[in-house]
Amino acid sequence: MAGSILGHNSIQRRRRLELIVGLIVLAGLCLLPLVVKDVYTQNLIILTILYAGLAQAWNILGGYCGQVSLGHALYFGIGAYVSTMLYVKLGIPPTLGMFAGGLVGGLFALLVGWPCFRLSGHYYAIATVVVGEIGYLLFLNWDFIGGASGINIPFKHESLVELQFRVTKVPWLYLVIAYAGLAWIIAWIIEGSRWGYSWRAVKDDVTAARSLAVRVFPSKMAAAAISGCLTGIGGAIFAQFVGYIDPDSIMSGNLSILIALPAVLGGVGTLWGPLVGSALLIPLKELSSSYLGSSGSGLDLMIYGALIVLIALARPQGLISLLGLFRKPEGAR
Amino acid sequence: MTAELILQTLLSGLLMGLIYALVAAGLSLIFGLMDVVNFAHGELLMVAMFATLVLHNLLGLDPLLLLPIVAVLLFGVGMAIYRLLIARALSVTFNTGMVQIFVTFGLAIFIRGAAQFFFGGEFRSINNSWLANKTVALAGIYIPLPQLAASVVCLLAFALLLAISKTEFGRALEATREDREAVGLIGIDRDRIFAIGWGMGAAAVGVAGVMLANFYYISPQVGANFALIAYVTVALGGFGSLGGALIAGIVIGEVEALSALVLEPSLKQVGMFAIYLAVLMFRPRGLFGRL
Repeated sequence: MAGSILGHNSIQRRRRLELIVGLIVLAGLCLLPLVVKDVYTQNLIILTILYAGLAQAWNILGGYCGQVSLGHALYFGIGAYVSTMLYVKLGIPPTLGMFAGGLVGGLFALLVGWPCFRLSGHYYAIATVVVGEIGYLLFLNWDFIGGASGINIPFKHESLVELQFRVTKVPWLYLVIAYAGLAWIIAWIIEGSRWGYSWRAVKDDVTAARSLAVRVFPSKMAAAAISGCLTGIGGAIFAQFVGYIDPDSIMSGNLSILIALPAVLGGVGTLWGPLVGSALLIPLKELSSSYLGSSGSGLDLMIYGALIVLIALARPQGLISLLGLFRKPEGAR
Repeated sequence: MTAELILQTLLSGLLMGLIYALVAAGLSLIFGLMDVVNFAHGELLMVAMFATLVLHNLLGLDPLLLLPIVAVLLFGVGMAIYRLLIARALSVTFNTGMVQIFVTFGLAIFIRGAAQFFFGGEFRSINNSWLANKTVALAGIYIPLPQLAASVVCLLAFALLLAISKTEFGRALEATREDREAVGLIGIDRDRIFAIGWGMGAAAVGVAGVMLANFYYISPQVGANFALIAYVTVALGGFGSLGGALIAGIVIGEVEALSALVLEPSLKQVGMFAIYLAVLMFRPRGLFGRL
């Protein structure tokens, strides 16, 4: 018994340590605008942190609960379209609209999960690809929301409530830090909660989990709802940030992969994996496509693809494993 | 809507469906054997189409004559992918499923980038082959010869795959699929079987690629769409089932052709995706998948 109590204490201690490290990282990120003045670099950092939040959202379903979704662009796109339509057509500010987008994104994740969670392994992964593709095709042909030509978000005036910033990029930086911080703290809470243990049991062995009275289907649905909701909020922020959305840029299958990749490369089912993966992947992708990809030579894709293969093979437990401090909670299998 | 139009539609759906079936058969073979979904499958198709284009321009040979050359070439590519990447991915003890998905995904992006690098992004086609732009008319129905030839070749390839499954090697394949640990005890080299399985899967998609190059545009992006259809086909037929891939391919081809009659062209794939999802509700492992 002493052993288990000791184990419990050490888990508590590690969780507290992780929270402290989290706060330090958060503070560090908030100080970035003091150091980084260059607009291009600021842009890169904003995208990196946004993807860290999105990958964390994916990680909640794909990592902790083990349901490898390759269709998260659907929730991202829905969140973006809901908040944008509310703003452009009804004038409802995106600060409210993004929560509406998150809500609808979460509802759709439940709607997709209800039939798809009966499928296992590769059947599930492929079904999510197909659902994402159906969403993409339908949005492409839906004239009310602009169809293939997309929607332009007009810039009216500098406003915090309407998330319209043109003078400086710094407010965007704080917004994505808040977003990624929210995703991180939700993941942190989940890790220590009963749900978190249930989800990891579902991930590791469905049959064994069921025999221990873990309610498998509700576990998956809860993970999907939180994951879809966070992804939808991220989509709404992204739409407002770039000022223009169309199905190709926010609902394509490639985006679904890009949402999942940072978590996979950084460390699936870990608190820090999504941030670490994103910090490596997004700058590399953006830099290689702006220096090599402008000519359409394909060199940027070759580097990007090769990098994915190399990291996946060399560090299957994710880059995070390079830092011994943040061991994977349940230990390597 | 006339009877001729419907017959015409059904026929073109069947012809395209047989190509989908062969692409899917390659994917299904690899999955059934070692539980790996090859997300670079569409890119293998693209490689086969570009190989046909290059060899056609270089040697002046008709795609039909290039069929065996490209098939052998793709067999080699498949084996190389297994030896260099997949064997390593299989030996990973952590996150195995996810590593497999993203290794083949990264490979797909890499191959697409390489094609872009060497050939540029524009659409190409082979216009001066023996079969190009020829049709046969049968009772008021026009059948394009390249499509007809493609479906005949696909059927032959299916027959060949079936014949292989009856040989000694085919039984070794089946045994490895049943229990990959135990086969080592009866002297089957699992690694070699897996490598050959990848070769065969790639060769199957290679054959489909050559026949497709006769009448379809060729570009670095061409694989993505066929790959998506192949995943749907395989999941509909059931992973690892050869007959399932054949029947599901035809079903998908027909659904696509018929939805093009009633839906807008850009929406025609929604029909097949919806059918696939509907079937999965009742058969979570596809029509012929083992439960």
